[in-house]
Amino acid sequence: MSEQPPSSPTPHPGDQPGDQTDAPSAAPVPGEPEGRIVLDERDIARALTRISHEILERNKGAADLVLLGIPSRGVPLAKRVAERIAAVEGVEVPVGSLDITMYRDDLRKHPARGPQHTEIPSGGIDGRTVVLVDDVLYSGRTVRAALDAMNDIGRPDVVRLAVLVDRGHRDLPIRADHVGKNLPSARTERVAVRLSELDDVEGVWIS
Amino acid sequence: MSATPTKLVVRGASLLGETTGDLLVVDGVITEVGSVDSTGAEVVDADGLVALPGLVDLHTHLREPGREDAETVVTGSRAAAVGGFTAVLAMANTSPVTDTAEAAERVHDLGVAAGLVDVHPVGAVTKGLAGEELAELGLMHRSRARVRVFSDDGKCVADPRVMRRALEYVKAFGGVISQHSQDPSLAGPTSCCHEGELSGRLGLPGWPGVAEEVIVARDVMLARHTGSRVHVAHASTAGTVEVLRWAKSQGIQVTAEVTPHHLLLTTDLLAGYDPTFKVNPPLRPQEDVLALREALADGTIDAVATDHAPHARHDKEHAFVDAAFGMLGLETALSVVAQVMVESGQMSWTDVARVMSTTPAAIAGLERQGRGLEVGSPANIVLVDPSADLTVDRDASVSLSRNNPWHGRTFGAAVRATFLRGRATVLDGALV
Amino acid sequence: MKKHLLSIDDVTADDIAEIFATAAEMHDVQRRDVKKLPALRGRTVINLFFEDSTRTRSSFEIAGKWLSADTINITGKGSSTSKGESLRDTVLTIGSMGVDALVMRHSASGAALQVSQWVDASVINAGDGTHEHPSQALLDAYTLQRRLGSLEGRHVVMVGDLTHSRVFRSNVLCLTKLGARVTVVAPPTLMPSGVTEWSRAAGFETSYDVDAVLPTADAVMMLRVQKERMSGGFFPSPREYTVGYGLTRDRLALLGPDVPICHPGPMNRGLEIAADAADAAQSVILDQVSAGVAVRMAILYHLLAGEGSAA
Repeated sequence: MSEQPPSSPTPHPGDQPGDQTDAPSAAPVPGEPEGRIVLDERDIARALTRISHEILERNKGAADLVLLGIPSRGVPLAKRVAERIAAVEGVEVPVGSLDITMYRDDLRKHPARGPQHTEIPSGGIDGRTVVLVDDVLYSGRTVRAALDAMNDIGRPDVVRLAVLVDRGHRDLPIRADHVGKNLPSARTERVAVRLSELDDVEGVWIS
Repeated sequence: MSATPTKLVVRGASLLGETTGDLLVVDGVITEVGSVDSTGAEVVDADGLVALPGLVDLHTHLREPGREDAETVVTGSRAAAVGGFTAVLAMANTSPVTDTAEAAERVHDLGVAAGLVDVHPVGAVTKGLAGEELAELGLMHRSRARVRVFSDDGKCVADPRVMRRALEYVKAFGGVISQHSQDPSLAGPTSCCHEGELSGRLGLPGWPGVAEEVIVARDVMLARHTGSRVHVAHASTAGTVEVLRWAKSQGIQVTAEVTPHHLLLTTDLLAGYDPTFKVNPPLRPQEDVLALREALADGTIDAVATDHAPHARHDKEHAFVDAAFGMLGLETALSVVAQVMVESGQMSWTDVARVMSTTPAAIAGLERQGRGLEVGSPANIVLVDPSADLTVDRDASVSLSRNNPWHGRTFGAAVRATFLRGRATVLDGALV
Repeated sequence: MKKHLLSIDDVTADDIAEIFATAAEMHDVQRRDVKKLPALRGRTVINLFFEDSTRTRSSFEIAGKWLSADTINITGKGSSTSKGESLRDTVLTIGSMGVDALVMRHSASGAALQVSQWVDASVINAGDGTHEHPSQALLDAYTLQRRLGSLEGRHVVMVGDLTHSRVFRSNVLCLTKLGARVTVVAPPTLMPSGVTEWSRAAGFETSYDVDAVLPTADAVMMLRVQKERMSGGFFPSPREYTVGYGLTRDRLALLGPDVPICHPGPMNRGLEIAADAADAAQSVILDQVSAGVAVRMAILYHLLAGEGSAA
């Protein structure tokens, strides 16, 4: 889950510098974020390739897989993983999105934000192996909200979690199955993910 | 000051806003005007104050009997005195209606007991205000209350034949019918907002000016036909003014009154659906307000009358269309007229005395009121501070009710003292 | 977004876009097995209806329930000035039970605004007299936008009893705010007083001639001719109204096949709208109903879910 740099053009009050909780999905922002880059475009590509192989390995193939990206940046990541799986296994795995705005446990702390798009693939999720895909894993509240959201949509057999960056500091007993990069960070630091589908630069920065 | 001083001197007042002088009052009568010897007299210092004859209100609702939770004759009298009035005409739409001699005497006696202003009950034109059969107009006139003004106010005497008979009947004793002009088919009981752009946009039932004008036009023709006199209550439109001008030019015996709120407040105030501004007839656009001011200044409209209409809080705390009609007016009337007409230069204080004292007393046939500040006149006097800068606080009102459209507004002039036949009812701006 | 939704004046064009985006997502929820979102869990919404309405009330009730709010229906007594509680006393009784929102319908124009000044809860106007019905206008515009893509520059024609229509007043404000060109058509007796002045200031047009206006319409909104609100003199007979202003089969032919036809309901089939028109493929009347729940969910969500809402 990427965090807003202080100069975001669409500020949400929960995303002020020093805010310790998960920031909600950030809108695309222009220019490079502050700080140093920890993953560049090629690092991201390699990480996603590895994650895609891990998913297939763990699942022993592509059968019954469904990828659900968590908006905003989880969605293009899920699509990239699906592309890689198609290239390796020759199978088109269903890809969708799962917005968790209405399931957040901190709804009442901010003005109500409009939900982003939820698209559940036509085969649904009942009896499937759902892999949630997100950019940053931090407190774990987003994932917990995603599990609640899925509960109201169907009943998967298995749920796994793939993230590009795990920055530690879990508030809940939640762990990722597939991690692009472990990035130990201080709570005061900000991790910013940029992807070319949404932003004009690509990479992961920490400041 | 003692209860009723035998000798009273009002010193150094600007008499009718023209010459400065003293008034000597002996046994309730003005005996000397000018520079008087104040030996043995109680003295009221009126330096910087304007002296006017006590005001006379042709149109007040005292609510007693029936709605003593909104106002009583006592509290209404207090409000009148504070406003500089020494006589009020109390409208008949009480519960029970003042349509018999006994009912009229009851109100009259309550006024005497209150002892602050002369309370003259208005008699209903028709029994129960139903608009069908004439009430006992003659008996009401012969009673202790000596009723001379009759009105179904609140409602219109809509049936032309009934209005004709009423106009004819009161000729016998010099009575006058005061008509609440509202054609009930053009403006029904739900009509509550001047019919125009605002009512259309807000979705409020419209009260078109023409509903008043057709009745005024009809009544002046009936007055001509019967050779009787008619009085138009709370005139509110430019069209009514046009009809009045024409009628007077024809020598028709018609008089008219206008309220302070129709001289200043406009229909725009209804945009927030605040029932404080709900009144019948409704507040009108600025064009009508300006026409009314001009008419008052040139005499087409003869008098200012408050239509003081107190309401218990819960009667106003309804949706706008359901809320009661009416605003308070006694305590602030002179201040409003002073601001609108005197400060703007359209009228002098002498003119104010004419429209708020002399003429209303003449219309109502009151002998003991409206006689000006002359030697020999009953000492009904009001002292006004023209630069008081008074901000209206509705909770400071002596009326029982709080439906006050002037809350928070500041006016230049304020009443400082009121005398009823030489006895002070108000001194230093407060009830004695 | 403001605390109350009393009038379309309370929402900006951006607010409306946000509501529509949320409503689109809510539409999907309607198709699921588990039609629940937890966003308003723990909130209490009272539907306080002083005027009969099955359609709007159940729409709000479902919307609240699908957001996990506790919704309660209360039928307010008809307003009566001399007897019974004042309106203020009535709503204060309810308001002091700690409710988060009051969805209110009343027969008096302005009632919702007045009530919002007396209670702590958020007030949503579900129809006040002949004044406004903002959620209806929002769902109408949402439905049209889904059909037409964008309302910018589109010509929307409204026909019917404008004087007594709160749907008209809210819709004209909403559609012009979204950039549509609006023409309203009615016989002179059913045009609101002062409409010439108002239309000039607000930027919509008026006409007495429906046949002249229909051919250029991109969307048509038929308003119910409200028999129960009228007491005489507005038009001579139902058939004269239909011939002059109804959406008859002949007039249907004047419209392009892609021109959506709306009606807020309930319809007087055969009076203001022919059965053929109501059931035509281009009619979006049923879409309006399903949009109603989605849009009302979006309204409730944006007013109540976040911080800075009531309670």
